[in-house]
Amino acid sequence: MTPTSLETGKTPAKGRSLWDDARDRLLANRAAVASMIVLSAITLISILGPMLSPHSFDKVYRGYVKVPASLSAYPKPDEIEPAFRTLLKRARVTIVDYAREGDEVVVDITSKREIDPRTVRYVDRSDMFENAVLEGFAADKKSAVLRADINFVHFYFGTDANGRDMMTRTFIAGRVSLTIGLLATVVAITIGVIYGATSGYLGGRIDQMMMRVVDVLYSLPFIFFVIMLVVFFGRNFILMFIAVGAVEWLDMARIVRGQTLTIKRQEYVQAAEAMGVSDGGILKRHIIPNTLGPVVVYMTLLVPKVILLESFLSFLGLGVQEPMTSWGVLISEGARNLQGAPWMLIFPSIFLTSTLFALNFIGDGLRDALDPKDR
Amino acid sequence: MHRYVLGRLLGAIPTLFLIVTISFFLIRIAPGGPFDLERPLEAKVMENLNRIYHLDQPLWNQYLLYLKSIAALDFGPSFYFRDFTINELFAQSLPISIQLGLTALCVALFIGGVLGIIAALRQNQATDYTVMTAATLGVTIPNFVIAPILTLTLGVWLGWLPVGGWNGGAFLNVILPVVTLALPQVAVVARLTRGSMIEALRSNHVRTARAYGLTNYMVIVVHALRGAVLPVVSYLGPAAAALLTGSVVVETIFGIPGIGRYFVQGALNRDYTLVMGTVVVVACFVILFNLIVDLLYALLDPRVRYD
Repeated sequence: MTPTSLETGKTPAKGRSLWDDARDRLLANRAAVASMIVLSAITLISILGPMLSPHSFDKVYRGYVKVPASLSAYPKPDEIEPAFRTLLKRARVTIVDYAREGDEVVVDITSKREIDPRTVRYVDRSDMFENAVLEGFAADKKSAVLRADINFVHFYFGTDANGRDMMTRTFIAGRVSLTIGLLATVVAITIGVIYGATSGYLGGRIDQMMMRVVDVLYSLPFIFFVIMLVVFFGRNFILMFIAVGAVEWLDMARIVRGQTLTIKRQEYVQAAEAMGVSDGGILKRHIIPNTLGPVVVYMTLLVPKVILLESFLSFLGLGVQEPMTSWGVLISEGARNLQGAPWMLIFPSIFLTSTLFALNFIGDGLRDALDPKDR
Repeated sequence: MHRYVLGRLLGAIPTLFLIVTISFFLIRIAPGGPFDLERPLEAKVMENLNRIYHLDQPLWNQYLLYLKSIAALDFGPSFYFRDFTINELFAQSLPISIQLGLTALCVALFIGGVLGIIAALRQNQATDYTVMTAATLGVTIPNFVIAPILTLTLGVWLGWLPVGGWNGGAFLNVILPVVTLALPQVAVVARLTRGSMIEALRSNHVRTARAYGLTNYMVIVVHALRGAVLPVVSYLGPAAAALLTGSVVVETIFGIPGIGRYFVQGALNRDYTLVMGTVVVVACFVILFNLIVDLLYALLDPRVRYD
C-alpha cells in the first residue's frame, strides 16, 4: 500500500476556510467595522480612563454638587470672590482688600482679635482653593495678607448629586458593565453549548428529558429566578453574574441542539464513529467546533442583553452597590434627576447605547458573514 | 385538533407541578422570613404568627398543604399585604396588567409590522436604514430611560398627558405606559418582519403572483405577508413573557396597580404565597401563549399539521 497524497512534493494551494471568508466579509461590512472601532474605544476608555482621570471615582466635592457638564474649568470666574468671602466670614476675619492675581487670590484681612495662623485651614478645606498662606503680619497680629491658589478642576461630564465627577464614574461603570456582560455571557455560552451539544448528539430518551428540563426552566418567570439569586449570593456582583449567566443559557442550549441534530448526520461524523472515536471525542473535535457560527452571533447579542439586565436589576435597587457603580445604576440615578440635572442621564446613556448599538451591528455583521446562503 | 390542544393542556400539568415545586423550595431555602422586621417581634407573637400561617410545621407538610390548596385554585393569604388573600390581590391587579400587556402587544405588532414591511419594500434605501437604526435604538434604550423622558416631555413640559396613575384605564392614562412598554417590542417586530419579508419577496410564489398581474396590495399583504409573519408569530411567546415582566418597571414608574410590582415586592419581603402566586400565574401565561403560538402557526402554515 502506498501512502496517498500530501507527499507529492509541491505545496497544495491553500484552501480558504469558512472563517477566512467570514473575516473578509466582515471587514467589508462598514457598519460592523465602525462598530468594532467604537467598541474597542469604549473598552479602552473604560480600562484606562479611571487611571488617567484627575478625579477618583468616589471622591466627593462638596462645593460642586450637581454642577453641569462644562469644558471650562471650575470654579467659574464670577464664583471665586463670593465663595472666598463666605469662607473668610466663617473664619471670622474681615476682608479689607480683595485682589485676584492670575491663579492666585490675595486678600488683606483684619480682625478684632489676633489672627490665628490656623485660619488658612478654613480656606484649604474648600474644594476651590489650596496652598493658603498667611504672611506680612502686622505688629499687633490683627491684620495680615492671605494668599491662596485657586484650585481649578474640570468636570467634563458634570458631577452627580453627591458631587462626584461623572466622567470618572462613567468610565468605572463601563468597566463593571462590560465585565458583567462578558462574564455572564461566557458562563451562559459554556453551559448552553455543552448541554445542547450533548442533548442533540445523544438523542432519543436522554434528549427528550434534557429538553424537558429546559422547557420547565423556560416557563419559570425569569425575574423571580434572578431575584432569588441576588438574595442567595448577596451583593457579590461577580458571583451574582455567574449565576445570571447560569440562567441565560436556555436559548443557547436550544440553538446548539438544533445545529447538532443536523451535524450528526454528516459524513465526517459517521466516519469518526466508524473509526471508533469516543462520543466525547466526536463532540469535542467535530460537533462543537461546527456549531460555533451561530454561537458567536448569539454571543454578541447576549452581551447587550446581560448589560441591560444588570441595569434593570440596578433600577430595582438590586445591582452593584455604592460607591461602585455601573451604567445601569448611573442611568437610573440620572432618570430620577432628569429634570434638574440632565447631564447625569445623557452621558452614561450615550456610553451604554453606543456599546449596545455596536454589539448589535457586530452581531448582524457576523450573522451575514457566517451565513453560507449569502455567498 | 381538539385532541392536540387537550394533550398540550394536560402535558402542561407536570410542567406546572415542577415549577411550583422548584420555586416553593427555592424561596423557602432563601435566608430570612416574612416576619423578619427591623425590630424583631416578641417570641410569643412570632410563635403565634408562625402557627397561624403553618410555618412551624416541617417543610414537607407545608409543601403538601400548599399543593392541596393550589389544586383548589386557592393561593392562600398574603403575608405582607395583611387582610388580603392572594386571590383578591390578583382579582384586582391581573385584569389591569392583562389590559396593559395586550394593548402594548397589539400596538407593537401593528406598528412594528408596518415599519418592517416598509423597510423591506425599500431595502437598502434611506427609509430602510432609518427604520432599522430606529429599531436598533429601540432595542438598546432601556425602558426606565424612555419612561422618564416621555413623562417629562409629554407630561410635564407639554402637559398633554397625565404623568401617572391608572384612573380606571382611561384612554389618556394608558397612552404613556403602553408606548413605553411597546417601544422595544416594536423594534424587535420590525426587525423580524423586515428580515422574513425580504426573503418572502424573493420567493417563487410571490414572483408567480406578480406575473399574474395581481395588485401590489394582493401580492404583499395576502401572499408575501402570510409566509413572512411566521417568525413574528413564534416571537409572540417570549414577547408575552417579556411584556409581563417588563411591566415591573412601567408599573413602578407610572404608579399602575398591576401584577408586575408583586414580583419584586413579594420576593424581597419573602411573601411566600405572593411569590408563588405570581410564579404560577406567569408560568400559566407562558404555557398558554406558547400553545396559542403553535396553533396560529398551524393556521398560517399549511405544512404544519397537528393531527
